[in-house]
Amino acid sequence: MDLSAINPVLLVAAMIAAATPILLAAIGELVVERAGVLNLGVEGMMITGAVCGFIITVNTGSPTVGFIAAAIGGAVLSLLFAFLTQVALANQVASGLALTLFGLGLSALMGQSYVGIKPPRMEATPLGPLADIPVIGPIVFGHDMVVYLGLAIVAATWATLKFTRAGLVLRAVGENHDAAHALGYKVKRIRTLAILFGGACAGLGGAYISLVRVPQWTEGMTAGVGWIALALVVFASWKPWRVLLGAYLFGGITQLQLNLQGAGVAIPVEYLAMSPYIVTIIVLVILSADKSRAPGSLGRTFHASG
Amino acid sequence: MKFTTLMAGAALALGLAGAAVADGHEKTKVGFVYVGPVGDGGWTYEHDQGRLAVEAEFGDAVETVFVENVAEGPDSERVMTQMALDGADLIFTTSFGYMDPTNNVAAKFPDVKFEHATGYKRLHPNVSTYSARFYEGRAIQGHIAGKMTKSNIIGYIASFPIPEVIRGINSAYIHAKKVNPDVEFKIIWAYTWFDPSKEADAAKVLIEQGADVVLQHTDSTAPQAAAQEAGNVITFGQASDMGQYAPLPRVSSIIDDWAPYYIARTRAVMEGTWEQKDTWDGIGAGMVGIGEISDAVPADIKAEALEMKAALADGSYHAFTGPLNKQDGSPFLAEGETADDGTLAGMNFFVEGIEGDIPN
Repeated sequence: MDLSAINPVLLVAAMIAAATPILLAAIGELVVERAGVLNLGVEGMMITGAVCGFIITVNTGSPTVGFIAAAIGGAVLSLLFAFLTQVALANQVASGLALTLFGLGLSALMGQSYVGIKPPRMEATPLGPLADIPVIGPIVFGHDMVVYLGLAIVAATWATLKFTRAGLVLRAVGENHDAAHALGYKVKRIRTLAILFGGACAGLGGAYISLVRVPQWTEGMTAGVGWIALALVVFASWKPWRVLLGAYLFGGITQLQLNLQGAGVAIPVEYLAMSPYIVTIIVLVILSADKSRAPGSLGRTFHASG
Repeated sequence: MKFTTLMAGAALALGLAGAAVADGHEKTKVGFVYVGPVGDGGWTYEHDQGRLAVEAEFGDAVETVFVENVAEGPDSERVMTQMALDGADLIFTTSFGYMDPTNNVAAKFPDVKFEHATGYKRLHPNVSTYSARFYEGRAIQGHIAGKMTKSNIIGYIASFPIPEVIRGINSAYIHAKKVNPDVEFKIIWAYTWFDPSKEADAAKVLIEQGADVVLQHTDSTAPQAAAQEAGNVITFGQASDMGQYAPLPRVSSIIDDWAPYYIARTRAVMEGTWEQKDTWDGIGAGMVGIGEISDAVPADIKAEALEMKAALADGSYHAFTGPLNKQDGSPFLAEGETADDGTLAGMNFFVEGIEGDIPN
């Protein structure tokens, strides 16, 4: 056992890299669910974002353009879900599952000629002298733009939901769509916008995996992250800061357990391997002991005549 | 009128179905169950190459079907059952975790032949098992790794604690240790066959902790990408050549060549000569290939590696040759003794010198 082999600065950096895709996908899904829509297609939108971002980055040489393309790709795929559930009034669970399967297949097709290619590197954000501060510099200021974008989206989502009229309307639609409709709010339009936002965030999260965390394109490379993000939204009781906590906790313990294994710590590997799931769930369940509950209209189909 | 149309439609549908059934009996239908996507660039990719080779060999006489990303365990049983119900004559199940499901389904379909990769259970006469002696390739990797490491730390991304994986770790360690007594193995159990993010993370952790050689027993090319990013690290292609990462970090590879076996077994079913058997072939029979050793490896080390490959192929050298002790110091093989297949197939211990416990 040699704990000195673990470099805390690198550990934190790795934790953030592991947490960012989950965080982005989960915060997007949180907004969708707060609007009363259950979109189980997160995995499909993530993998589509991953492949779109990868293709555009390789062809343009710019990861920034790639991330924008990833957000657009995820949003376009989510539009299909919006059409099925908001216009065709299809079942949300079935549509979401179909979206995941469709996304996995579509991305495999799109990415066929991109296997084994190395994408251009995403540079760290130029924060000048801040990044040179010992210890704190690399931990806080040494990351790429998308990490900070993820944090900014969480903060903005929290503020919008809590303090703005738009946030109140979104929550009203999610809590009771009939009442919101009676007040004259465009339930379908608001939900469609929320679904698009969720798709864009999931796309960004997927691209973070294919462009920064791995970085390469492999079929099916999201390997279930979308499902973890979905579970995280529930365990975080639909609250933005808890999603952030959950994502960092999950990412952090995942990295920590790999580091502990490498250092040969005498904890059985089985326990280490399950620890990210167990700890994240326990912490968030304890936190949700207050009166948090799911949005009232979550998963219910809205029809104006009903 | 409407009723007549309906009846005509039904008759037509029945006729089509009948034609399909008749057609199905003419063609031999071969099914494949994959644990990852065919585009993983590793394990599943090579099995799919074997499937394509079967199609190329027999043309219209066969029809192949496959299902990818099938989770090990109960879900795979459903997939196999569906394949058998759809008229498959021969089904290849290509991951260790399909062992019990394969035998369960085989009991229900005695006329369908099942071939399970890397397992050891043949509970019914219609179940065969096949595997490759990957540990022979691991011996060569261990030799190159032991010679080339400068930090004397070799990282190993293991998947599940099953004999096949443990054998690979032991074989690599024995041969690394032989040429470099100071070598140390750091092993991370990923508990997955395919999860690029996790595999990349594991590779990064090993590199951060000082490893300058990363061996992997997981299926994606993600560790190769992580090693390339880090620089000054060498890797080996796993299951497939992963040649797109040559000459560095990938300096060589173990390539699984399933095509000859798949063709032979399909032919046996077509000719009605299929019999239960247990196949375990290595470098000699061509089931295990060693990928081109790149120029990043010094010429003398490359020559030694190729010499070992030749010796393993003609049987003059066995990768598990004594004297060897088990991890707890108890004797495993005496001087000059080689391990028998039974011991290798059920290997559940590390050899002396490897640190850490095998998870249960």
